[in-house]
Amino acid sequence: MPAVSKGDGMRGLAVFISDIRNCKSKEAEIKRINKELANIRSKFKGDKALDGYSKKKYVCKLLFIFLLGHDIDFGHMEAVNLLSSNKYTEKQIGYLFISVLVNSNSELIRLINNAIKNDLASRNPTFMCLALHCIANVGSREMGEAFAADIPRILVAGDSMDSVKQSAALCLLRLYKASPDLVPMGEWTARVVHLLNDQHMGVVTAAVSLITCLCKKNPDDFKTCISLAVSRLSRIVSSASTDLQDYTYYFVPAPWLSVKLLRLLQCYPPPEDAAVKGRLVECLETVLNKAQEPPKSKKVQHSNAKNAILFETISLIIHYDSEPNLLVRACNQLGQFLQHRETNLRYLALESMCTLASSEFSHEAVKTHIDTVINALKTERDVSVRQRAADLLYAMCDRSNAKQIVSEMLRYLETADYAIREEIVLKVAILAEKYAVDYSWYVDTILNLIRIAGDYVSEEVWYRVLQIVTNRDDVQGYAAKTVFEALQAPACHENMVKVGGYILGEFGNLIAGDPRSSPPVQFSLLHSKFHLCSVATRALLLSTYIKFINLFPETKATIQGVLRAGSQLRNADVELQQRAVEYLTLSSVASTDVLATVLEEMPPFPERESSILAKLKRKKGPGAGSALDDGRRDPSSNDINGGVEPTPSTVSTPSPSADLLGLRAAPPPVAPPAAAGAGNLLVDVFSDGPAAQPSLGPTPEEAFLSELEPPAPESPMALLADPAPAADPGAEDISPPIPEADELLNKFVCKNNGVLFENQLLQIGVKSEFRQNLGRMYLFYGNKTSVQFQNFSPTVIHPGELQTQLAVQTKRVAAQVDGGAQVQQVLNIECLRDFLTPPLLSVRFRYGGAPQALTLKLPVTVNKFFQPTEMTAQDFFQRWKQLSLPQQEAQKIFKANHPMDAEVTKAKLLGFGSALLDNVDPNPENFVGAGIIQTKALQVGCLLRLEPNAQAQMYRLTLRTSKETVSHHLCELLAQQF
Amino acid sequence: MIQAILVFNNHGKPRLVRFYQRFPEEIQQQIVRETFHLVLKRDDNICNFLEGGSLIGGSDYKLIYRHYATLYFVFCVDSSESELGILDLIQVFVETLDKCFENVCELDLIFHMDKVHYILQEVVMGGMVLETNMNEIVAQMEAQNRLEKSEGGLSAAPARAVSAVKNINLPEIPRNINIGDLNIKVPNLSQFV
Repeated sequence: MPAVSKGDGMRGLAVFISDIRNCKSKEAEIKRINKELANIRSKFKGDKALDGYSKKKYVCKLLFIFLLGHDIDFGHMEAVNLLSSNKYTEKQIGYLFISVLVNSNSELIRLINNAIKNDLASRNPTFMCLALHCIANVGSREMGEAFAADIPRILVAGDSMDSVKQSAALCLLRLYKASPDLVPMGEWTARVVHLLNDQHMGVVTAAVSLITCLCKKNPDDFKTCISLAVSRLSRIVSSASTDLQDYTYYFVPAPWLSVKLLRLLQCYPPPEDAAVKGRLVECLETVLNKAQEPPKSKKVQHSNAKNAILFETISLIIHYDSEPNLLVRACNQLGQFLQHRETNLRYLALESMCTLASSEFSHEAVKTHIDTVINALKTERDVSVRQRAADLLYAMCDRSNAKQIVSEMLRYLETADYAIREEIVLKVAILAEKYAVDYSWYVDTILNLIRIAGDYVSEEVWYRVLQIVTNRDDVQGYAAKTVFEALQAPACHENMVKVGGYILGEFGNLIAGDPRSSPPVQFSLLHSKFHLCSVATRALLLSTYIKFINLFPETKATIQGVLRAGSQLRNADVELQQRAVEYLTLSSVASTDVLATVLEEMPPFPERESSILAKLKRKKGPGAGSALDDGRRDPSSNDINGGVEPTPSTVSTPSPSADLLGLRAAPPPVAPPAAAGAGNLLVDVFSDGPAAQPSLGPTPEEAFLSELEPPAPESPMALLADPAPAADPGAEDISPPIPEADELLNKFVCKNNGVLFENQLLQIGVKSEFRQNLGRMYLFYGNKTSVQFQNFSPTVIHPGELQTQLAVQTKRVAAQVDGGAQVQQVLNIECLRDFLTPPLLSVRFRYGGAPQALTLKLPVTVNKFFQPTEMTAQDFFQRWKQLSLPQQEAQKIFKANHPMDAEVTKAKLLGFGSALLDNVDPNPENFVGAGIIQTKALQVGCLLRLEPNAQAQMYRLTLRTSKETVSHHLCELLAQQF
Repeated sequence: MIQAILVFNNHGKPRLVRFYQRFPEEIQQQIVRETFHLVLKRDDNICNFLEGGSLIGGSDYKLIYRHYATLYFVFCVDSSESELGILDLIQVFVETLDKCFENVCELDLIFHMDKVHYILQEVVMGGMVLETNMNEIVAQMEAQNRLEKSEGGLSAAPARAVSAVKNINLPEIPRNINIGDLNIKVPNLSQFV
């Protein structure tokens, strides 16, 4: 007997469907549908109350009409009415309609929620499942708000039926995905983990899906799932193909659950527990072994299921990236699949190998398959497979095989599918640049690229070749010669004309000696293309022409003739007209000297991230680039202990552009761009930032101190930083502090946060906190320009004997700071003993190729280590007397530099670090403070008294400490604040 | 997560459309059309995975499909799903349909749209895989069937009407979906309108 009773269909529905199917034309169909809609509408609106059966029938018709692509804007109310029916079939169709045709803005939501609430409370498992299905299928925020709190209870309730648990788990997962904030974490989470042990495999599968999603946000809460998942997996993998009965699919035990478990394990690093890990490795090996066994069935379903597990196993091995043995086995297995007759397997093998190529253990092993992959690129019938092959070639490319891979990709480009040409072009351009050993090869490759797929060569690509040719003088002559030859083709792509026009305009003189490419020949060659080009290209060529006048005076008359022609001077396009007029005038009025200055060879371009790479990243979405640009998986990307959160661009190793351009020594004079748009980069620093910035509120002492553990000597950041500035700059390298350094320092005597320095290029913000003799300072360097800073290296220097007085540990920061970006540097500071001079902060970087250096005084003064001390008047005076030796006292009488406001003064004294003691001084106008300077070696007790004289606008400040130097130093520091 | 499940015939007529991510109705129709054109131009016996169309998220999503006789079954999934696993799931779904309808054919999907939805609901819920055990799914459907019967009230007459319709309207009876082998395209099928 069929499980679906076909007999109980609805006659009216069947007739309607047949009518539709018999319609001879689209118009007839629409007519029939409109008739039916009108009929249903009138039935719904009619006086006669409809029975459940009719409602069900009409709702079904509406669903069918909707499937045909017609909007349904009524019937929701009737569907909602069906929800409250006691008949299962009516309720069911009601829920179906709601789920398929949900109207999230509808005020019906309230009614729907009511019905769901009733069904959830009904204790009828069938009804509960229907309600849970509906919540999951709609998944709206309103439903989340109404039910997110109830579902965990249903999920872990002891008396819930298996099917209800299963639905509840997925329902919760759906709500969590839609609005994670609505799902409350709680003690249920622990019980969910234990569902992994459930008898019912369906419940386990649903629970694994749920945990996989939840644990991404709260890995620690679900950590116990690792061992449970491993043991479950191990039981499945080692079971015979008949053990799991219903969950055996074509002789493969529980393939779906195995895949899910392997996915779950990929959310975590390898298990720490050796026993668990051993068991897991055993599982992985078993799966790899089984792949070599003869299949138990010839059916494709059998091999599919088996391989689904195998591929997920390989993904896990790649994720762990720690078992060389398994990695190599995985690579060999994928190698077998590369030649498998099943297209699906070849596709997946290429895809997995792409990730494998970025593991250092298996990169070499992957490379051995290069011929197979190239063959796939050439012979696969399926474009999706060819695309994966191209991805893999890109991923496995390194210096040893770049030439082969690039030439194969170029060859493929000639026949490649249009959809993926642009991507291939970008990849070829990047590989050619990244692995270029000689730049003539690079230039050839790019010109080939333009020749083969000119339409797909985006601006970024041809800009880039110009940048590189401009910056590398050893390739300029070759480039000029090559473009000249390329332009001789009768039909060449406009992008070629652009590149040719620019290069000849700059470096045409390098080939002008050859009579075959004499200046007039160069000009007429370019000009022969002029009329076929777009406005932008013609504008570029006009600039080339004026450069020619400078380079080759003998072409002046010809070119002036061209510029003077009516088609230029009166061109309808404003840009062209303006260029023609200006260039003509420039060439007539300016002397050769002036012309030579104006049209001097372009300065080298500033180093920056390859614009092509940026484009590829944009195309492929975030993440694609990281594996691509450094060829290795970045181990720190998942490192939650990494401290400073690196931005993607700073993590990457020096980008290919640095390789190419970094060699040039002569810094070009590049005018800094106008400071327009250089808004206050630090605005966000002092607001509630991301978690990476610690709160400056009162931190528990222990937590604060534990944070001050010295950083690992080789943090990932340090490994990735540009090696160039690694040489420790000796003191003699450091320029003296800038003139304002003292003034800037004074601003920070009584405060810990603020902008330390700012100019047109750079802004430095400070956030710091101090406890006892320890301190932590965050420096924020903001690049206010739109150009990347290179070799960015801020260093802290301790002049003189400061080294023995203050220990400052700095973390390295990334060597590149993108335009508009900000990097953070953390300093851990320990005061060993009292000190007088602050450490220096030397910031050096290259902006647009020009070195910049800046030395500031780091706002660390001895008063930062003040521990305020409260005491009574009696105590105070007793101690005051104890410190009565003349050298223990320092006194200063000085004029007020700021308005004398008692509140401001109080704030400053508190900021200075001492406690303010009330009711000590008989004169209420005076301020009295006390504190202890904490250093590692000793503690210095300090008492201070400040007596303002409002009439004279003067202050008298008296400091008494147990140490002479400290007294004087504090007195100096504090006196400057008022 | 599964974003959408689309079933359409060789001519692009939708037979089952289920979205688990909200799209306006108009876009839903466009997605069906776009997906149809993407899979139609592909030969049989090439790979069953391809990148999603622009409307449904492009390369972040994969279309995983199978072609059975007159019908394409297409699942649009994100990267969290195993490709081969989804392929198995499609098979499970179709085999279940076959069991429930006894030699399922395209007409069953048309005339029993509601039932097809209920079966799908037992397999996929809110874009997540609920159950992969065919026997369990069939058992659920049988339970539903009994409930329906017990609620009764519906005569058997429509059943005859349906089979009459099936026999009358079509110049040729469509082939049943062949689930044993993949990708068998039956040539010269009559067009369903």
